[in-house]
Amino acid sequence: MKKTPKERKLQITRRSALAGIGAVAGAGAAASAAPGFVRYAQAASSEPIRLGMQLHRTGIGASYGRWYDRVTTAAAKLINEDGGINGRPLEIVIEDDGTDPKRGAEVVEKFATQHKVDATFGTLFSHVVIGSSPRAGELKMPYIVVSEGHHVASGRLNRYVLQPGITDVKSQVSSMAPWVASNLGKKVTMIYPDFAFGHDHRDYFSAAIAAQGGEVLELIPIPPTESSFTRYFPRIPSATDVLYHVMVGPGVLTFVKELGQHFGSNRPEIFGFIDSLEAVDLATPQLEFLEGTHFWEGNPRYAQANQSAHDKFYRESVGVDDNGASVNDAKDVSTYSHMFGCWETLFVIKQAMELSGYGDGSAADKQAFIEAMESLESFDEGRDHPQGAKIFNGKIHQAFGHQNISRVENGRLNVVHRTSIEDGMYEPEADYTQMSF
Amino acid sequence: MDFGPFLFLATLEGLVQAAVLCLTALGLSLVFGVMRVVNVAHGEFYMLGAVIAWWVTSIVGIHPAVGFAAALAIAPLAVGAIAFAGERLILKRLDYNPEATIVATIGMLYVIQQMALLFFGPDPRPVEAPFYFRIQFPWFGYSGYKLIVVAAAIAILLIAWFVIAKTRIGLVMRATQFDGDTAQAFGIPVNRVYASVFAVGAMFAAVAAVLIVPIRQAHYLMGLDPLLLSFIVVILGGLGSIRGTIVAAILIGLSDGIISVFFSPTLAKMASTLLVALVLVFRPQGLFGREEL
Amino acid sequence: MSGADRTKAVLLLCAVIAVLFVLQFLLPEYHHLSMTRIMVLAVFAMGYNVLFGYTGLLSLGHAMFFAAGLYAAGLTVYHLEWSVPLAFATGVAAGAVSSLVIGVVALRTTGVSFMIVTMMFAQVAYLATLYFTTYTRGDEGLVLPTAARSFDVFGVAVDLTNPVVRYNIALALLAATIAIIYKVVHSETGRALIAIRENEPRTQMLGYNTFAIKLKALVISGTLSAASGAAYVLLFAYVGSTFATIQYSIDALLYTLLGGAGTLLGPLAGALMMFYVIDIASEYTVAYLLIAGLVLIVLVLFFQKGVLGTIRERWIRWLP
Repeated sequence: MKKTPKERKLQITRRSALAGIGAVAGAGAAASAAPGFVRYAQAASSEPIRLGMQLHRTGIGASYGRWYDRVTTAAAKLINEDGGINGRPLEIVIEDDGTDPKRGAEVVEKFATQHKVDATFGTLFSHVVIGSSPRAGELKMPYIVVSEGHHVASGRLNRYVLQPGITDVKSQVSSMAPWVASNLGKKVTMIYPDFAFGHDHRDYFSAAIAAQGGEVLELIPIPPTESSFTRYFPRIPSATDVLYHVMVGPGVLTFVKELGQHFGSNRPEIFGFIDSLEAVDLATPQLEFLEGTHFWEGNPRYAQANQSAHDKFYRESVGVDDNGASVNDAKDVSTYSHMFGCWETLFVIKQAMELSGYGDGSAADKQAFIEAMESLESFDEGRDHPQGAKIFNGKIHQAFGHQNISRVENGRLNVVHRTSIEDGMYEPEADYTQMSF
Repeated sequence: MDFGPFLFLATLEGLVQAAVLCLTALGLSLVFGVMRVVNVAHGEFYMLGAVIAWWVTSIVGIHPAVGFAAALAIAPLAVGAIAFAGERLILKRLDYNPEATIVATIGMLYVIQQMALLFFGPDPRPVEAPFYFRIQFPWFGYSGYKLIVVAAAIAILLIAWFVIAKTRIGLVMRATQFDGDTAQAFGIPVNRVYASVFAVGAMFAAVAAVLIVPIRQAHYLMGLDPLLLSFIVVILGGLGSIRGTIVAAILIGLSDGIISVFFSPTLAKMASTLLVALVLVFRPQGLFGREEL
Repeated sequence: MSGADRTKAVLLLCAVIAVLFVLQFLLPEYHHLSMTRIMVLAVFAMGYNVLFGYTGLLSLGHAMFFAAGLYAAGLTVYHLEWSVPLAFATGVAAGAVSSLVIGVVALRTTGVSFMIVTMMFAQVAYLATLYFTTYTRGDEGLVLPTAARSFDVFGVAVDLTNPVVRYNIALALLAATIAIIYKVVHSETGRALIAIRENEPRTQMLGYNTFAIKLKALVISGTLSAASGAAYVLLFAYVGSTFATIQYSIDALLYTLLGGAGTLLGPLAGALMMFYVIDIASEYTVAYLLIAGLVLIVLVLFFQKGVLGTIRERWIRWLP
């Protein structure tokens, strides 16, 4: 059940309380926090740093939204316990965008001019990002997205839009194509949603598999309004070695179930994006056929044997158990492959704000903040970056990280291959740093 | 896959689609036929049926089949009660003015959908099938439960036909549909008939949703698609014509599956929607109906 | 309406426009931005009102005209790099052509059938925005490049990224729309429209070609809605299929009903109220669209004339 008005009020109280605690902690910790950063205007103000979170609380992105909210709350708490940003407490202001681009643009306006936040962040769905970005650019409001789309790196957006916390689709698919070609097969059939996110998969994976000497036998786009899928499956050619699937939205479980009904045990190799099963319990009846299939995972949902201390800490802070579900409700499965992006993004924002000596939030402050973020080149694996190390390309405003290929074994996902960051690097297509503010 | 099996699969899928559509559209058609009310909130009754089914099955946790049976009984009744209340509180007061009722049912659409969001949440929720088995054909496998859905829909339709054609309740309904004023003069409580018909119409949508929810998920935004499809079916079949509705549902269900074998499904949807608009313009009695709109 | 009443009405309309002009110097930044958006959406609803409020035809598909303007203007700027004025004109023309074509077909029906036919056509238009994704990028949509959003008019540079410019362009569009509708309503056509609303068969018997008059109303209505769509994309730089969904058709209906169908300023009042009601409600509940539903039900049950319609009926008879 989602928040009723009453709960929502409670939440506001909690949020203010959080800020209050942060302020107290911040006062003590300011002096010792974060050595190594040049501070121009250290704690010139004790006003909180306010970040506007554009959240998919309702609409088709709501399952992601819930977890983006939880991760952000956990990361903000941690940052405040450590003394906040530049000694100032961090406060998160949330507005629901209904997973709709028009409301998204309005919410950005609201953040910029009513809440007067210092930066906005946290959007996942591509159409909301694209619909909101012109308003963010014109209002000169930093807009730090956690969206996985290639739109930022493509150069189509503007100087104020960055994606430092999660790898984009183009990098993800090209880094994994070699492994798919050499371990699963070279003749691929792709099933993807027939809109821009799916088209990114289609274009970049097709190119990447061709570069490995493979080929795409058939492209099967599924219209975004579809709610049943079986009738598309006959188009999968029998010569297919690997079935590549990616699906988003409320119908994902139906899609995967029907795939199982269609193939049973007599299936080709299946390589899916975990998007097709984000927030879905792998132990749901009828998903047994997935045993032995492979998934891309941005961050392994099930705690691995070689789990890092950072992942353990992150999991505990966010309230996720070793199976990737909420510690309070085993049926409430997280969006583990995406939501780490919110955590890491918050720490990048903190780093860039401290680096630029962020002050009272003037236009110059915001520009210096963007420039500081553009100047970052890499992030080390650690508490702030539990998913792993990343390379950041300031010119295209995009981070590049490791990707995981996991195999379903005994009803859980075990990582069988982890790509190197270099596997996913490509020639930059744009240079935002040459654009004016 | 070869063409033969391909067509076979498309037909199976079409039958499932047609079965669900028959029930949903029948509800819409019944309400229009008797009350002359276009119920834009019909899809939300479908959604409510699915959501309540999820809720019931998650409480009754003994065996999926027990939970499902409970849902099949409770969900339509609950939805019928809500529809009944809506009819008494809103539509009756509007004196069934066609335009006012459309606006009011748009309002009901939002209210029901948003209440579901408040109390049920924004996530899609799976409901376990009462029993699950897979039928392996030589070319592909198929969910046995889906075939059960078709059978159940046929059974429900037969019962509905019996009630409408052979019982006193059906007679009263048909009399009201034929001429409300005369029916009133003959002592038929037309008002109560309207409320009951509205509730029964909603219950058809709810039953369809309970049957389908183990295949798809319950989600608060799931109502729009069946609404549009039901509109298409009801218009093709001739507004208010029950036989026409069933023929049209089978036609649309089957063709939807088969056309998308040859064309892009989005294009197929565009074509069928356009066709329906043109049918309504140039042949308002529908392709099969005889009654005037 | 007497001459004196008409003078009062014109003065009131001028006063409203003057107040909106002055407001831009008084409003805090957020409300300044919101007002810009509200005025553009009000033009959409005013266009809708020509058909629904004055002619009595309830369309459930006006999003397609809004989208026609939005896409025609947006795509020509994006793909053909046309200038802003030319793109706007294209958007308006697209609205005129599409409403003419739709009108010729759909106006053969009335009442409930008309609602469903327009809804179906709009659904086809929505699916088309998804289908031609090569050009539209479907639901993800397109962003107009900043460089394409400034232009020269007689040597004066106009920059659409500037909020002051944007506000005044929206206001100018609104003022022009009010003038056009006022002119139409007080012309012979306008009187015929109202006659059709009140009693179509009688109007027909009086020798009017009601089909031609209704078609005229639909074309004016669709063209104004398209102008709003074209302005929306040029001012806010984003085009996407969300604007073609049935939600937007219902919004136009909602604004018009709330403000008062058949009143000139009703749609503006409705758009203003709904925007703020939803904006404020969204701070307290996730189910803010619940308000939209409740408003529709309450209006249709108790205030079928809407806010301004009720005021006109009870107090100010000359309200335009």
